[in-house]
Amino acid sequence: MSKIGTNSLRVDANSKVRGKTQYVDDIFIRNMLHAKILRSSIAHGRVKHIDTSKALKLPGVELILTYEDVPKHTFPTAGHPYALDASHRDVSDRNILTGHIRYWGDEIAAVAAVDEHTAEKALALIEVEYEEYIPILQAEAALQKDAVEIHEGTGNIIGCHEYNSGEMEQALASADFIFEQEYNTSIVQHCAMENHSAFAYIVSNDRIIIYSSTQIPHICRRIVGQALGLPWGRIRVVKPYIGGGFGSKQDVVVEPLAAILSLKLQGRPVKVELSREETFIATRTRHAIKSLLKSGVTSEGLFTARSGSIISTNGAYASHGHSIAGKCGDTFCVQYTQRAIHFDAVTVYTNLPTAGAMRAYGGPQMLFAMECHMDDLAKKLGLDGIEFRLRNLPEPGFTNELAGITDYSNGLRECAAKGKQLIGWDEKKARYFGQTGSMRRGLGTAFFHYPAGTYPHGQELASARIIVNQDGSVQLQVGATEIGQGSDTVFAQMAAETIGIPLNNVHIISEQDTDVTPFDTGSYASRQSYVSGMAVKKAALEVKAKLLERCCIMTNLPIHSLDTADGWVVFKHNQEKLLPIADVALDSYYNLKTAAPITADISHNTRITTISYGCTFVEVEVDILTGKVAIIELYNIHDSGKIINHILAQGQVHGGVSMGLGYALYEQLLFDTKSGKPLNNNLLDYKLMTATDTPEIEALFVETFDPTAPYGNKPLGEPPAIGPAPAIRNAILDATGVHINELPLTPQRLFEKFVQSGLIRMEARENV
Amino acid sequence: MFDIACYEEAQSVEHAIELMLAKPKARLIAGGTDLLLHIREGKLPDAELISLHDLTELKGIELEQDGTIVIKPVTTFSEVSSHPLIKQHLPFLGEAVDTVGGPQTRHAGTIGGNICNGATSADSASTLFALNAQLQIAGPSGIRVSSILDFYKGPGKVNLAAGEILTAIRISSENYRGFGGHYIKFAMRNAMDIATLGCSVICKVRDGNIIDDFRLALGVAAPTPMRCFKSESAVNGQPFSEELLLKTGQLAITEVNPRTSWRASKEYRLKLVEELSKRAFREAYQKAGGL
Repeated sequence: MSKIGTNSLRVDANSKVRGKTQYVDDIFIRNMLHAKILRSSIAHGRVKHIDTSKALKLPGVELILTYEDVPKHTFPTAGHPYALDASHRDVSDRNILTGHIRYWGDEIAAVAAVDEHTAEKALALIEVEYEEYIPILQAEAALQKDAVEIHEGTGNIIGCHEYNSGEMEQALASADFIFEQEYNTSIVQHCAMENHSAFAYIVSNDRIIIYSSTQIPHICRRIVGQALGLPWGRIRVVKPYIGGGFGSKQDVVVEPLAAILSLKLQGRPVKVELSREETFIATRTRHAIKSLLKSGVTSEGLFTARSGSIISTNGAYASHGHSIAGKCGDTFCVQYTQRAIHFDAVTVYTNLPTAGAMRAYGGPQMLFAMECHMDDLAKKLGLDGIEFRLRNLPEPGFTNELAGITDYSNGLRECAAKGKQLIGWDEKKARYFGQTGSMRRGLGTAFFHYPAGTYPHGQELASARIIVNQDGSVQLQVGATEIGQGSDTVFAQMAAETIGIPLNNVHIISEQDTDVTPFDTGSYASRQSYVSGMAVKKAALEVKAKLLERCCIMTNLPIHSLDTADGWVVFKHNQEKLLPIADVALDSYYNLKTAAPITADISHNTRITTISYGCTFVEVEVDILTGKVAIIELYNIHDSGKIINHILAQGQVHGGVSMGLGYALYEQLLFDTKSGKPLNNNLLDYKLMTATDTPEIEALFVETFDPTAPYGNKPLGEPPAIGPAPAIRNAILDATGVHINELPLTPQRLFEKFVQSGLIRMEARENV
Repeated sequence: MFDIACYEEAQSVEHAIELMLAKPKARLIAGGTDLLLHIREGKLPDAELISLHDLTELKGIELEQDGTIVIKPVTTFSEVSSHPLIKQHLPFLGEAVDTVGGPQTRHAGTIGGNICNGATSADSASTLFALNAQLQIAGPSGIRVSSILDFYKGPGKVNLAAGEILTAIRISSENYRGFGGHYIKFAMRNAMDIATLGCSVICKVRDGNIIDDFRLALGVAAPTPMRCFKSESAVNGQPFSEELLLKTGQLAITEVNPRTSWRASKEYRLKLVEELSKRAFREAYQKAGGL
């Protein structure tokens, strides 16, 4: 029976439910110290003077490091593979601690003490004198000619690029309508349940051991080596279970500090665990992106020209640099066709927390702008929004030269048809036409696509190791990290399927340890089932071949006549059971003449990608007089290729849609407009949705079979987060006729827009 | 870790008063759902605490002979909302306290703490204002009674002198018998949130549709919870109608004084005052038996 396309229980379900799985904070090392970070109380400036003498006298304080005590060289933090080509490397703009303050909360000093409480008390005793500069909080201000450079020599620009294809002027001239509109998204944070946490210690041989809540253990090892100026092999990173990452842990944030503190304390264990307030501002955020879109369309509803200009606000440090804006450029050109296209993007330093990777990596920002724009255009043309989109989709099998990717399987049209039918699009559109009153219903949709991994921009290397045990079960070790998404389960299914053994005979080792785990760049870019899955399949095929070879020796049957199934070697032609795989495994260990345990240890360098698709359909009810939006129905329909595990796939969609709903309606990290001080970096004031705010989410799949994928599968981790924001915005437009071009769609914002549009009158009677 | 320097458990109200006088910097703690957050945020370094958490004499809800309902201050929100006396006589107060935080907050937080920390957003306060609740306060010089309408002095400030402690919330029968009521907590989220505006309406209805003893109380519409007396007197004695609703909302906004903050603008809060007053009125009218 196939192990692919099932509802297999998560391999870690039982231990997670029973609280048995260990996270960083469940692991204690004797004599461990706790470190706390002294953060700046200004957003921009320099430390003129720092005095730690009083803090050092506090009993229990073991060490205080300031920016004067750490290496002077800078290092990068992004979880990208290292590049041999120096021009392709991540921006190296960070010190472990700094006297040059670039955002409110920048890291000046660290105290290691016997407990957190003592470390916090010591922080209050450190005296700091600042030279203050005016905080630069807007990208436009950072780009002004006379703006102070947040990083010297950059002009506050981290990166920029543009592309052009086709004859833009001609294409615009041949359009019947030209429409231009700006769209803005807000700064949000991942809010993984587990905050960033790591501890470091040295046992012997001067090798630093780091336990970290990271998505990228192998990259983390390299970056800690770079940060401390140590050979990479002296660092060992262990990743236990992780309480969510969503991209915020695809950056190296707390590990170098833990490592240097331990190093300076002769190897004593030191833990750096951020509070929720710190995680909000001092890890990573999602870029706020301003998009100016301009389109030429014919009266038949076909694009002649599309142009996009975006400004991405990156904050204080580069982190992933211009890569997110680069991804926006790919997103912009792939989804629809036209005769001429232009795109330009700039990524800018500001005195705000650092933006980095976050679920769908620029997709939610770019597709918010694009999919709002689609409905704005459709409305102008008097066309149905779905129909307008369908007319402009590229033909299945297309190759997009600008993004360097090819479509190998495409179920987007089926997704759209399914969503349209499920929500009752035509019937409800007719029913809601001409509504009056405060409560109004509306429908909206948004289409999306998302390629797997980072090809052709980044390296896509993955590894797997399989060891056949004496009982015919296997240990499966992968470099790709389980961070809650369920990859361990899916990899175990893949190995079971290909080797031909029951799922519970695959023992996957969830922990990654860079000393022993085969190399993989980590969990990000919806790459695991597609990229790391190829390594698992390759290793499993090798193991199967070796099992059959040994079976040949044992039975004298020709190898071409043999296959495996459910723990047995069988005759290929009739599935007749010949020998338990356990017998073959036992022979491989104990045959006095030929013993040679069966293993596979391989890597796979993926030089291809494929594209997943989908759409969100939503019905909202807008309470005009209070500005509240209720979700009545929501469907996320995905073409993510062959679904390997339906329950896990549903879980990914539910989680991603929840994140998208928060992005649409609730979440926004706010800062004082003068000082840059964060206003709501806690879970009371930052409005993450609660269970009571979450509507029913219907997750559905149009299953295609992707020929390039290991098991026909395509990405699903990130795409679900993309659709809700533009779909809800479009549904509000449908319900009220009011265009709201910025996120989030909070009651306060809706109120303001409804007043501006005359829907709400501030005096006397309403216009509803 | 909490920065707590000293923690004393009061054995009786008298003992609590003694402790407060002996430790003038100490704070009373009951459920701790607000105070512990302040301590965690570093706002109360080396905190000294006097706990009322286990004082049984300050817990429970009773009905006195004359019909007065007495709610002791160290009664948790979930104890209030599930209590038979509240369900029978003050269901709208139970509904109001059920909007506080989430289940964990409501199992720990107390109605007395909700009032005594002086927040304009307290979910129990608007309804207690509407009910003309009387607060029984014990202190070094004996017991006094204050109307809740005189209790709030400003944001975070209530009328409790050194060594004084709230010992009972009293609601007399003429303030609840025959009333229907409704509380609307307007917030970004349906749970785990602080009110952007809280609106409580209670009223009686006679002759099918004549409004009697209409009371409108608001939270976050001013620095402290408040009543809208002008709107109330304009409504009393009038037959219920859509026009009356509109008039109520329009009058209410003339009585309030909300402020602009990054959470919400003054204009938006005014719109909510107008709209929610109408909506709460409509619900209260129906619950009071209006036709």
